[in-house]
Amino acid sequence: MLGKLTWSAIPFSQPIPLIAAGGVGLALLAVLGWITVKGHLPYLWKEWITSVDHKRIGVMYVLLGLVMLLRGFVDAIMMRTQQASAIGHAQGYLPPEHYDQIFSAHGTIMIFFGAMPVVIGLMNFVVPLQLGVRDVAFPTLNSTSFWLTAAGALLVNMSLVIGEFARTGWLPYAPLSETTYSPGVGVDYYVWAIQISGVGTLMSGINLVTTILKLRAPGMGYLRMPMFCWTALGANMLIVAAFPILTATLAMLTLDRYLGFHFFTNEAGGNMMMFVNLIWAWGHPEVYILILPAFGIFSEIFSTFSSKPLFGYRSMVAATLFIVVVSFTVWLHHFFTMGAGADVNAAFGVATSIIAVGTGVKIYNWLFTMYGGRLRFPTPMLWSLAFMMTFVIGGMTGVLLAVPPADFMLHNSMFLVAHFHNVINSGVIFGAFAGITYWFPKAFGFRLDEFWGKMAFWLTLAGFLIVFGALYVLGLEGMTRRLQHIDFTEWAPWLYVSVAGIGVMILGVAAQILQIVVSIRNREALRDETGDPWDGRSLEWATSSPPPAFNFAVLPKVHGEEPYWTIKRQAIESQGLADEPKYEAIEMPRNSATGVVTAFFATLIGFAMIWSIWWLAALGFVGAYATFVVFAWRDEEEKEIPAEEVARIDRARRAARRKWLEDNREQPA
Amino acid sequence: MSERETDSGDTAPGDEAAEGEEFAGGTSGYLVGLGLAALLTCAAFAMVNLPLVWRPAVPMALVVLAIAQMGIHLVFFLHVSSGPDNTNNVLALAFGTLVVLLLIGGSVWILGHLDHAMMPMGRQMHGFP
Repeated sequence: MLGKLTWSAIPFSQPIPLIAAGGVGLALLAVLGWITVKGHLPYLWKEWITSVDHKRIGVMYVLLGLVMLLRGFVDAIMMRTQQASAIGHAQGYLPPEHYDQIFSAHGTIMIFFGAMPVVIGLMNFVVPLQLGVRDVAFPTLNSTSFWLTAAGALLVNMSLVIGEFARTGWLPYAPLSETTYSPGVGVDYYVWAIQISGVGTLMSGINLVTTILKLRAPGMGYLRMPMFCWTALGANMLIVAAFPILTATLAMLTLDRYLGFHFFTNEAGGNMMMFVNLIWAWGHPEVYILILPAFGIFSEIFSTFSSKPLFGYRSMVAATLFIVVVSFTVWLHHFFTMGAGADVNAAFGVATSIIAVGTGVKIYNWLFTMYGGRLRFPTPMLWSLAFMMTFVIGGMTGVLLAVPPADFMLHNSMFLVAHFHNVINSGVIFGAFAGITYWFPKAFGFRLDEFWGKMAFWLTLAGFLIVFGALYVLGLEGMTRRLQHIDFTEWAPWLYVSVAGIGVMILGVAAQILQIVVSIRNREALRDETGDPWDGRSLEWATSSPPPAFNFAVLPKVHGEEPYWTIKRQAIESQGLADEPKYEAIEMPRNSATGVVTAFFATLIGFAMIWSIWWLAALGFVGAYATFVVFAWRDEEEKEIPAEEVARIDRARRAARRKWLEDNREQPA
Repeated sequence: MSERETDSGDTAPGDEAAEGEEFAGGTSGYLVGLGLAALLTCAAFAMVNLPLVWRPAVPMALVVLAIAQMGIHLVFFLHVSSGPDNTNNVLALAFGTLVVLLLIGGSVWILGHLDHAMMPMGRQMHGFP
């Protein structure tokens, strides 16, 4: 009846996960109870859970990502403290089989459920606003994408208390991930969580590509799109092209594990090297899926806070597209040591060095954007500057690792770990925080507290440099990655340094949380009245903060690059807004529970497949399909927002703008 | 959304039926496509089962038929054409083809090289193409 699921699946003998999960469960129950008692449940259901508004979905994506980043950070703390407390005769507090699950979960959660949702959430929120349109191309599909990602995250976290997680590392290399060596449900949790959320990511990629190619404000040609839209287009093209490789590879691994196939096994003609080859053919584009949107965020921020147009816009577009194509020609550098000969290694090593050229072009463009500008340094700008300095270091060690002979020495060492954390942290994570602080006022109508923002920035930066500086040194001293126990006491000092660094990072995370709490308490003082708190240049600042459901009362007409900057200059020069447009009723897509219901059934499918509960899996499939059919037969697709309502909302925005113009009359136009 | 309906020159994939315009001759176009696709499928079976082609050339003939089949699907069912509104579709197809070629070509090269660089170690590598 319940397949492999028995009481022994719950790890009663391991207190750490049980206590942690118990705490999280209690907190969840408390929050749910509070919501129910206060009567917020209908509001949550109607306005958020079933919402198909790209802004709401974007916010939920970012929230999910932030919670999962915190979860992955807890894993990181455990890894650092375990290594520092298991040197020589000491054994630390984590047994090997538990430690292996922790480093696997850390990578999986950080990439798939932390970084990806934050990045996709920011694209979801910002891209339609920057393009000057009302929503993404397929709003209900968007909601389904988000809930499928959430379903994957739920499955990964379930593995904490029911069963176990993979002990194979964040990419389950065969043959270790085959049933011979990983007979438990850990790899199955990994496979189903990633497959379900991967479907969501793929649909989200299709959605955003279609949005950017097909829905733009009148007059917005490709070369008038803001840089963030270009990098979002690049990242989503990569999603569409690369995620099917991941899905296919994991599907083959699933066939190996469930039906006794031999794609990647040692025997019967299987080839485990093929797994490594295929997973990195997805894995390297994935790196650029994460970093390209971050490059776009930095471009927006450097331009806004330098009060200048982006330098070298066209070369930036070219560099983005160059990266999109070349990112498909470098994947072998993840396994130089697998045994291929010098020809192959040299070709991929050269390609890897060449791809750094695209990034180099961007770095110089950002420098020249700042050159001669009127610079301001609020929190988003600090994150961006820190990115530029630390990312260059990470990029240099990357180019070093791209040289095959050097890679043979540094392969699998802590140097490698320090390198990829260096680029991902300073690229994606700093980019995410920069983007969140930059667009937070747009999403919620008030700015984030600058003091705590800067505290969070300096503490995070310092902690990050200490931790990964120490890991670079450890790598050069020969320490390999994923060690549960350290035999060489000479490494101890640097391990202690990295623990001290993670202590500083904990303070940074605390400051980050305080920043949000303090900002919410002081929201009246931090209120953004005009919808343009940073003196911005692209269309998202043309509407109010937070934007109405329909984004723009009348779609803006675009006549050049930086359309909002043009509108604003005209308003300042003529000391008046453009004439009031004729308001018309707007049709918006209706909210739909399709996404959340589909994700519920998808979770059932995943859980049932993991534990071999076949009837439940069949039920899940039927339920998910039935949900799709019900949605396909819906009668009413759209609801109408009457013209008076549109006029009322837009007149309030115009009044705020007019007041701003009058208050700033002294300013030279 | 209203702006999509007014701008009939800029349709999203799947919109064409709703606007009453049909590509490639509508139903008859689909029927022609179906006929051609079925013909190619039959030809593939005939190729293997009838002594029409020199035996060692059969795999290559099947590859040719498969590529032709893809072409039929692209033109008749996915409506990839050289029309002015089709630039996006053609570009997407080109990008997809490039990625597939890179992936397959790269994998064959890498794993062939790997096999080549390994010491001769018995027969178990024979199952690998």
